[in-house]
Amino acid sequence: MSTSDIAIPLPSSVLDLRSVPPSEATGHGEGGPAPKRIVVGYGFWIFLLSDIIMFSAFFASFAVLASATAGGPGAAQLFDLRNVQIETVCLLLSSVCCGVATLAVEQRYARLTQLALLATGVLGAAFLTLEVREFASLIAQGAGPSRSAFLSSFFALVGCHGAHITAGLLWLGTMMAQFYAKGFRADICRRYFCFSLFWHALDIIWVAIFTIVYLIGVRS
Amino acid sequence: MLGKLTWQAIPFDQPIPLYSAAVVGMMLLAVLLWVVVKGYVPYLWREWITSVDHKRIGIMYCVLALVMLLRGFIDALMMRSQQAFAFHAAGYLPPEHYNQIFSAHGTIMIFFVAMPFMVGLMNFVVPLQLGVRDVAFPTLNSVGFWLTAAGALLVNVSLVVGEFSRAGWLPYPPLSGIQYSPGVGVDYYLWALEISGAGTLVGGINLVTTILKTRAPGMRYMRMPVFCWTSLASNLLMVAAFPVLTATLAMLLLDRYLDFHFFTNEAGGNPMMFVNLIWVWGHPEVYILALPAFGVFSEVVSTFSGKPLFGYRSMVAATMTICVLSFMVWLHHFFTMGAGANVNGFFGIMSMIIAVPTGVKIFNWLFTMYRGRVRFSAAMHWAIGFMVTFVIGGMTGVLLAMPPADFVMHNSLFLVAHFHNVVIGAVLFGAFAGYNYWFPKAFGFALDERLGKAAFWCWFVGFYVAFVPLYVTGLLGMTRRLQHYDQPQWHPWILVAGVGALIILCGIALQAAQLVVSIRSRQRRTDRTGDPWDGRTLEWATPSPPPLFNFAVLPNVKGEEPYWGVKRKAITAMQLSPEPSYEPIEVPRNSSTGIVTAFLAFVLGFALIWHIWWMAALALVGAYATFVVFAWRDVAESVLPAEEVARIDRANRSSRALALTEMHA
Repeated sequence: MSTSDIAIPLPSSVLDLRSVPPSEATGHGEGGPAPKRIVVGYGFWIFLLSDIIMFSAFFASFAVLASATAGGPGAAQLFDLRNVQIETVCLLLSSVCCGVATLAVEQRYARLTQLALLATGVLGAAFLTLEVREFASLIAQGAGPSRSAFLSSFFALVGCHGAHITAGLLWLGTMMAQFYAKGFRADICRRYFCFSLFWHALDIIWVAIFTIVYLIGVRS
Repeated sequence: MLGKLTWQAIPFDQPIPLYSAAVVGMMLLAVLLWVVVKGYVPYLWREWITSVDHKRIGIMYCVLALVMLLRGFIDALMMRSQQAFAFHAAGYLPPEHYNQIFSAHGTIMIFFVAMPFMVGLMNFVVPLQLGVRDVAFPTLNSVGFWLTAAGALLVNVSLVVGEFSRAGWLPYPPLSGIQYSPGVGVDYYLWALEISGAGTLVGGINLVTTILKTRAPGMRYMRMPVFCWTSLASNLLMVAAFPVLTATLAMLLLDRYLDFHFFTNEAGGNPMMFVNLIWVWGHPEVYILALPAFGVFSEVVSTFSGKPLFGYRSMVAATMTICVLSFMVWLHHFFTMGAGANVNGFFGIMSMIIAVPTGVKIFNWLFTMYRGRVRFSAAMHWAIGFMVTFVIGGMTGVLLAMPPADFVMHNSLFLVAHFHNVVIGAVLFGAFAGYNYWFPKAFGFALDERLGKAAFWCWFVGFYVAFVPLYVTGLLGMTRRLQHYDQPQWHPWILVAGVGALIILCGIALQAAQLVVSIRSRQRRTDRTGDPWDGRTLEWATPSPPPLFNFAVLPNVKGEEPYWGVKRKAITAMQLSPEPSYEPIEVPRNSSTGIVTAFLAFVLGFALIWHIWWMAALALVGAYATFVVFAWRDVAESVLPAEEVARIDRANRSSRALALTEMHA
C-alpha cells in the first residue's frame, strides 16, 4: 500500500490554540501541562512511594525472619532501647530543623537557611554515628548479620535506612553549597523541596523501624 | 589489583562462546570503525547519545531491543538444536554451558528485549499522543535508557569475561547462593538487573508523571488514547513492582557477598521467601509487558478498522482492573510449594478472575473490527495474529491456574509453551505491530508492507510449529531445561519444534530484509503528510518525523479522538484552519549525564562482580561527581526562535494543504 493514497492532511496548529498560560495549569487536563514546580514535586513523590515499597520488602522479610534466630540472641537480648531513643530524638529534631530551613527558604533568609540546614545535617550525622556504634557493638558481641537470618534481616533493613541517611547527608551538603553559590534560584528551591520530602520520608520509615523492629521486638 | 579477575576468566577452552564473541566483537569493531572513518561520531554524540528528546530515546530503546532479540534468539536456536541432538546422546553443549544459555535466553528476552521494546514505544508515542512537547524529566529519561543499555552490556560481557548465571532466568536460591554457584555468573545476572532495574524505575516515574501531570489542554483522563492508559497502568506497575525486585536481588547479593542468611539453608534462612518476593515483582512484570502491547493493538485495530475503539470506557476499566489484580496472583507461579489448599485455592481463583478483564479487551477489539472497513496492513496482521494466539495462550493459562492441574504440569514444557504463547503472542507481536505502525512517524518513510506481511506469516506459523510440540511433550512428562534425555516419544516432537524455530528464523531474516529494502527505497515511501494510516490520535497531527518540539502550538483537545474530529472538519471545509501566531519554544538542552552515569554504573557493576574494590569506589565517587556537575548547570534549556517554529510548522501545513487539494481534485 502506498503511503499517500490514504493520507489526509491536517497540521497540528489547526487544532484550536488557546492554551492556558502554564503557570495557571493544574495538570489535570483542562489547563495543559502543570508548572515545573508541581511536576518536579509530583515526580519526587512517586519516587518516594517506590522507595517506601522497597522498604516494605525489607520489612516483610524482617517479619518473616524475626523468629529465625538459629539459636542465637534475639531482639530482647540485643537491643538497647535507650540508644534507640536518643537516635529517634536526633532524627526527629533533625526533621524539625529541616522544617525551619524550609520556612527560611520560603522567606529567602539565606543565613537562617544555612544554619538550619547545618543543624539538620549535624543531627543526622549524630543519628548515623549512634547507628554505626550500635552495629559495631553488635558485631563485636558476635551478633553480626552472619549469625542468624533474624540478624541478617535486621542489618539489611536498618542498614538500608542508614544508607538512605548517608545519601541524604551528601545531598544536604551539596544543597547547602548550591544555596551558597547560586542563591534562591527557582530550580535550586525545587530541588530543596525534594530534599525536604526525602528527609521527612526517612523519618516515617524510622518510626516504622522504631516500632516494629525495636519496640515490638524487645517486647516479644 | 584486579580482584578475582585473571586470564582464566576468558574461556579459551570453550570454542563456542569464544568464537561467537570474537565474531560479534569484530562486527562491533567494524561498525565503530565505519562510524569513525565516515566522521559520524560528532553527529551521533550530538543527535543521539546525548539527546534528551523522548523520540530519540524511544528509538534507541527499540534499537537496543532489536539487537538483543538477535542475541536471545541465537540462544533459543542453540537450545532447540541441543535438544534435537541430545536424544540418547550428549549433544554439542556441555551442561554448564547449556545452563548458561537457557538462563541468558530468559534474562535477555524479558529484560533486554521485551522491556526496552515496550518502554521505547511508550517513550516515543505517549508525549505525542498527549499533545505535549516532551516527557516530564527529559534528562532522567536519558539516564534511564543508558542504565538499561549498561545492564545489557554487562550480560554480553559475561560471554567473554567469566560466565553467566546457570540458575535460570529467576535465580532461585539455594542454587543461586554462594555455596552452589560460587562463580561470577549469578553476580553478572544480579548486577546487570540491579542497574537496568534502576533505569526502569526512573523511566517509570518519568512516564507516570508525564501522563498524570503534563497533558495538552483539554486532554482529560477520559479523552486519553487507550495506549496512554495502558502506558499509565504499565508504568504504575513499574513504580510499584521494580523496587521489590531491587530489594530481593539486594538480599541475594548480601547473601552472596557478605554472608547474610536471607535465603540460605542454614542459620534460619528461608529460600521460599525469595520465590515469594521475586514473584511479587514477577507477576506484575508480565502485565508491565503485556499492557502496553494491548494499547498498541487498540490503536492499530481502531485505525485500520476505520472506527473508534469499541467500548473505550470498558477498555480503560479493564486496563486498570488488570493493573490492580496483577498484584494478587503471584502465588500461582509456585502452587507446588505447599502453601496449603486454601491459599492455593485463593490464588487459583484470582488468576481465573484476571482472565475476565482480558476477555473484555478481546471482545472490544473484535467488536471494533465488526462492520469496520478493515485494512489488512502488516500492523493489522500482527494484531489479528495476536488475538488468535493470545486466546489460546490465555486458555492454557487458565488451565495452569487450577492448582490440581498445575501439580501435574509444573515445571514441564507445557508451562514453557504457555508462557511463550502469551509473551510472544502478546508482547512480541505487539512490539512488531507498533514497530510497523509508528515506523513512518519516527523516520518519515513507511516500511515495506509485502515483506512485513511475509515476516508475520513466518513468525506466526513458526510460533505454532515451535511451541505446540512443547505442549505435547509437556503433557508427555518432559520437564523444562533438559540438557539431554532418552525418552523416544519426546524426540519427534522436539525435532518439529526445532523446525519451528527455523521458520521463525526466516521471519527474522525477512524483517531484516524489510528494514534494508525500505531504507534503500525510502524516497518512494516518504510520508509527506505525517498521517500515513489515516490515524485518529494526536501523534498523526505532527509531521513525520516530528520536529524537536512535537507541536508548534499545543493542541486544545475537545472530545475523544481530537485529531480525527478536526481532520473531518478540515476535509469538509476544504481548508486548514487559520495559521496560529507562533511563539518561541523552550527546549531542554542535550546532556551527557545519561551516558556518563551509565558508563560509571557499568564500571561499578563490573568491579563488584570481580571484587575490584578500588574500582568500585572510584565509580561511586565518579557518580557523585556527575550528579553534582549536572546539579550545578546554569542553563537547562535553550530557546527555539518563533521564526524557526513558524518555518517548520508552515512546511507541515503546506504539505497537508497540498494533500487536501489533491484529495478534492
